[in-house]
Formats: sequence, structure tokens, C-alpha cells
Amino acid sequence: MLSTNPGAGATIVIQPTRDLFHLDLHEIWQHRDLLYFLVWRDVKVRYKQTAIGAAWALLNPLVTMAIFTVVFGHFAKLPSDGMPYPIFVFAALLPWNYYSQAITRSGASLVGDANLIRKVYFPRVIIPLSATITPLVDFAIAFGLLLGMMIWFGMSPTWAVLTLPLFAAMTVIIALGVGLWLSALNVRYRDVGHIIPFLTQVWLYATPVAYSLNLVPSQFRLLYSLNPMVGVVEGFRWTIRGSGDLEVGAVVVSAAVSVLVLVGGLAFFKHMEETFADVV
Amino acid sequence: MSDIAIRVENLSKQYEIGAARHREDILRDQLVHGFKKLCGRGPKAQATKEIFHALTDVSFEVRQGEVIGIIGRNGAGKSTLLKILSRITKPTQGRAEIYGRVGSLLEVGTGFHQELTGGENIFLNGAILGMKKNEIRRKFDEIVAFAEVEQFINTPVKHYSSGMYVRLAFAVAAHLEPEILIVDEVLAVGDVGFQKKCIGKMGDVAKNGRTVLFVSHNMAAVSQLCEHAVWLEHGQVKEIGNAAELVKDYLSDENSQKAACMWPHVEQAPGDDRVRLMAGRIVQDGRVTSVVDINEPARIEIEFEVLRPVRNLVCGIDLFNSMELCLFSNCDWRPNFLTPGRYRKHVDVPPQLLAEGRVSVMLQLFFYSPTISSVALRDALIFDATDSDHPLSVRGPQKGAWPGVVRVRLEWGEASPVQKRRPSAVT
Repeated sequence: MLSTNPGAGATIVIQPTRDLFHLDLHEIWQHRDLLYFLVWRDVKVRYKQTAIGAAWALLNPLVTMAIFTVVFGHFAKLPSDGMPYPIFVFAALLPWNYYSQAITRSGASLVGDANLIRKVYFPRVIIPLSATITPLVDFAIAFGLLLGMMIWFGMSPTWAVLTLPLFAAMTVIIALGVGLWLSALNVRYRDVGHIIPFLTQVWLYATPVAYSLNLVPSQFRLLYSLNPMVGVVEGFRWTIRGSGDLEVGAVVVSAAVSVLVLVGGLAFFKHMEETFADVV
Repeated sequence: MSDIAIRVENLSKQYEIGAARHREDILRDQLVHGFKKLCGRGPKAQATKEIFHALTDVSFEVRQGEVIGIIGRNGAGKSTLLKILSRITKPTQGRAEIYGRVGSLLEVGTGFHQELTGGENIFLNGAILGMKKNEIRRKFDEIVAFAEVEQFINTPVKHYSSGMYVRLAFAVAAHLEPEILIVDEVLAVGDVGFQKKCIGKMGDVAKNGRTVLFVSHNMAAVSQLCEHAVWLEHGQVKEIGNAAELVKDYLSDENSQKAACMWPHVEQAPGDDRVRLMAGRIVQDGRVTSVVDINEPARIEIEFEVLRPVRNLVCGIDLFNSMELCLFSNCDWRPNFLTPGRYRKHVDVPPQLLAEGRVSVMLQLFFYSPTISSVALRDALIFDATDSDHPLSVRGPQKGAWPGVVRVRLEWGEASPVQKRRPSAVT
């Protein structure tokens, strides 16, 4: 039977891809159950064999906060934008910890799930995507802790806190964007696995977590906020503080950079995706 | 709507072996290389890139409800074809059209997590195979019953015996209900009883009018289950036709002997990140041969590369005759600790054990507690066992056919006179 339009009616057509950028959101949506179970797996496994379970999600930021408070707040006496220093640090550690966890996880995700990639088909983006979603659980727990601390320090949230989801979304966008780059690169160059811990450490100090954005001379702030985490941290602090000015310029620059990183990451990932099964 | 389920047209796939080697390369080399190119120095491009043609110009069609077998030796391109049809990897040229929902099973238990319980793994593995959450929930009890693991459903699978593990893994896979099923050598797992159960299940699937594309080394299963078969050789279609006839041709094919197998590049060699099989050989009288005299010892040599320090690596061989009956299975269980590097090991098959005929060797590299199979390569080596007029030959002076799947020499006692019982007095 000769068909004038080859492939008409075919459920699936397999051929070499020619288009440069083709993100099939519909297909990702069809695989949403898989995404759900991969996140679920990681959350389960993460807390399964730990004695104190979810407390780890609290311990890490608490200890970091204590160290920063003592070293930078008390010894170095860094200014904290009029907030209690612990809150000042914690408001930044909240997105930062999520971010570093997300890029560490997603960076290693494709290599870690190599077995799946070699044996089963699904949109590969789901793997780093699930690795970016999983640490949101810790983020939520730590956020609860922050609310508790605010009550303890007698701070009441203002309407500004309503914009927090926006900044949280921005953090996820950056994390996913960077995670896509790192995970795809890691398949090709295993060096990336070694670079990630180093990268997060350097990035931490390049981000105003322990110090205030105000310490950076104002003429450099826009340049500085090319690091997208600068805008995120500034945004988080502002929503918690609820007073004073938001560095709108820094936030806009950071937001633009994060969207660019994500779009670039998706394109790069798509480009590399086809060879994953052959080289991973 | 035609009645075609799968149409494959001029499908080709090439791998750059050079590119794969780069993977292990360090970023540094790449940077240095890029820098040199920028400066206009250094090699222009890597002229040394080797292209490996895994599939060349493969075309065939599968009708709705048909069961088709793909046969051929290792490296003939069977796995590549399955991977392309499962959309795991893309073809370099050509196209394939699939009409219907596809489920592909290249392995059972993909994505099983050791820390999760049996029940949790059913959901995870089901989702990985493409089932919806509700679908898994609906079939959950059925899957558990099929796997016969009711009591252990809340136990982490790391505590499962390997038999339970495989049963559970297969049970999930068996409940996948696609219109088109693509199956790899999954039937090669488990004991004979379990394999039978799997083949039975495959037969059921076929009877339900679903389309099955099925790769196997089990020639008996192929001729029994499939109407048609595709015979691949060196990445090309050698023959397409009636399954039973094709199997007969395949089994009598002279070219299918293999005295040695070898992988020049670690990245292309079968295995995982622990160990890779680099070479295998059949040696008799000090030379590599594909014709083995069953009256002399034959040596099977295995070379492997250990990639990271490992404990308790087990080498094993399974020998199969031309009807895919496993003659025997043998491994070296001695505990060991190996540091990264290349190793060679051998095992001697004693004389007067094998019967005449085509023998296929499966080479295995695996670990126990927990059991991890790194390599289980069917048809790694294929040789012809021949009898000779050796003084110890079991057949003695007898020519012609000699029955039995093995030809063991047994010790016969001498005939000794039996005391005749004294005839009783009264008859």
C-alpha cells in the first residue's frame, strides 16, 4: 500500500533530528508520572536510612547559620541591613542551600541514572528536572524553620512576603538552567563531577550570603548581579525584611541572566541528548 | 490506516569510536586541543576517528499482530536496532515508523532501587516502563501475585534473593500492555522454569493480537513463537523470511563460529563502570581455534579490564548447544579483591565431556552480595565440537550419529564371573 504522505498516521516517527531546538513540552507532560516517581524515589531514599531523617534538612542550614553568625556577624561585625544577623543569613541560606543542592544533584543525575538512559526511552530532561525538584522538600522544611525564627525574633512578615514565590521560582529557574548545563557536560566530561563541589564553594562567596549586597560599591552592583544568585538573595532578604528598598536593577539583571541560562541550558541539553545513550 | 505496525526504511547507525574515547578524555585535553586550533596549530581535525557501522540500510515491515524475531550473532546490530526502535538512540540515516503504543523491554528491573521495598519498586519500575500511576495501582495485586512475593512486599529489595528479585522485575514487565512490544534477551534470565514462564507469557501476548518484536539467542523460542524472522549480519539484513527456516539456516551457517572475541576499546567493550570484558578465546593445543577436539582438554580464556577496585568478581561460563540447551554453567566463586587493571583468567573444559556439534559460550562477569551482573554475553564464543579417533573416544570404533547432549567417559567395571546359584534340588 503506497501512501502519498509517508508517516501519516504513525504514532511515532523515528529519524535523525535536524531541527536545532525542539522542546516537546507535551511529551514531558505525558511523562509526568515518571517525573513524580523519580522525585518520590529520591526523597524516599534520601531519608530512608538516616537515623534522624528529615532533621538533616534543618541541621545543615542551622549549623551554617550559626557559623556565619559567629564568624561574620560577631567577629567581623558585618552589617546586616538592620535585620538580626541570624535571620539575615538564614534568608540567604534558604535559596542558597536549595540552589547548591539542586545543581549538585542534577549535575550528577544523568550519570547516576545512566542505567535508565541506556535501557528506557523518556524525555531525558526529566532526570535533571526531577533532581531540581527534589531539594524543594528541604527548602520547604527550612522555610518553616525561618518562619519560626522570625516569630522568635519578633519580626512580623509584611505584604512583601507575598512576592517570595516569585523569587523562589527564579531560584528554580537558575538551578534548572545550570543543572541542565552541568548534567549534560558531565556525561561527556566526568571532570564536571569534580568541579561541582568547588564551583558551589566559590559561588557561595561570590553571592552575598554572608555579607550584604550594600557592601558592594554601587557602581559595580549591576555587573555583580550578572551572578543570578545575587538577585535571588537580595529578593529573599527584601521579602523577609519587609522594609527598605529592593535593588530592582540587580534583580532584573539576575532574572534576565537566569532565563538566558535556562534557555541556553535547554538548547544545549537537547543538542547533547541524542548521544547520551551512546556515551553515558 | 494500513495494517503495518512497524515500518523500517533504510535505517543506518554509525558510531564514532573516536568520540566515545573522548568521553574518558579529560576536559584538559579538549581545552588544549581547542586552544591549539585557535592558534592555527596542532592537528586540524582528528583524522584517526574510526567509524563503526552498527547498522547499514536495514529495511523491513512488521504487520499488526505479527510476532517477528530478530536473530544474528553478537555485534550483528540487533541491540542497536532495538535501541533505535525504542527511541533510546537516534539513527544516523533512514527512518522508522511505528503505528501504536510501544512498550519496550530491553531489560527487566530497570531502575529498581535497592533501598526501596518491593511494593515501592513496582511503582517506580512501572512508571519507568511507561505505565500511569492509576494503571500500576490497578494491577498492583496482580503483579505481586504473579511474582509470588506477597510476604516480602514491604521488604527492601536488597534483602531479596536473586530469584525473587527477577520474578518481581519480570512481573512488572509482564503487566505492561502496549500495542507493540519490543523485547530483548530478557528471557535469558532466571532458571529454566522461569524462562518457560516468560516464553509462555510472550505466547499469550502474541495470542492477544499484539505485535511483538523479539530478539533472542534462543532459537527454539524464535522458531516456536515467531512467524517471521529477520537475520542480521554485520549490521545488514542477511535474510528475511519464515522463522523456522531462517533458524535452520542460521544454525548451519559456517560463518557463525567464533574462536575469539575482542574489543579494542574499553568504552565499546561489554560491561559497566566496574569491569569490562575485553576478550575471550578458545584455545586447544596452544592455538586459538573454533574447532575443538572433544577428546582433548580445551581452554577458555577471558580477558577483562577492572575499572575500579572491586571485591568478589566472579567469572563464569555457560555452554549451550545448538538447540540453546544449557549444557552446564560454571563459575569461580573464590573471594577476591582486584585493583584496576587488565586481567586474564582461564578455565579448562575437560576432555570427554562435550558431545559433537555447535557449542556457544556465554561469558559472565558478575559480583555476589549484592548480585550485580556486569557482563553476561551470549554467543561470546562459538565453536564446533568434533570427535576424533582418539583411543579414549567415547564412541569407540562406532561411526555415525551418537546420541546424548554430553559425551562423558564413564568408568566401566570389568566383567567378572558371577557364581551360578546352585540349582535347587527340586525343579
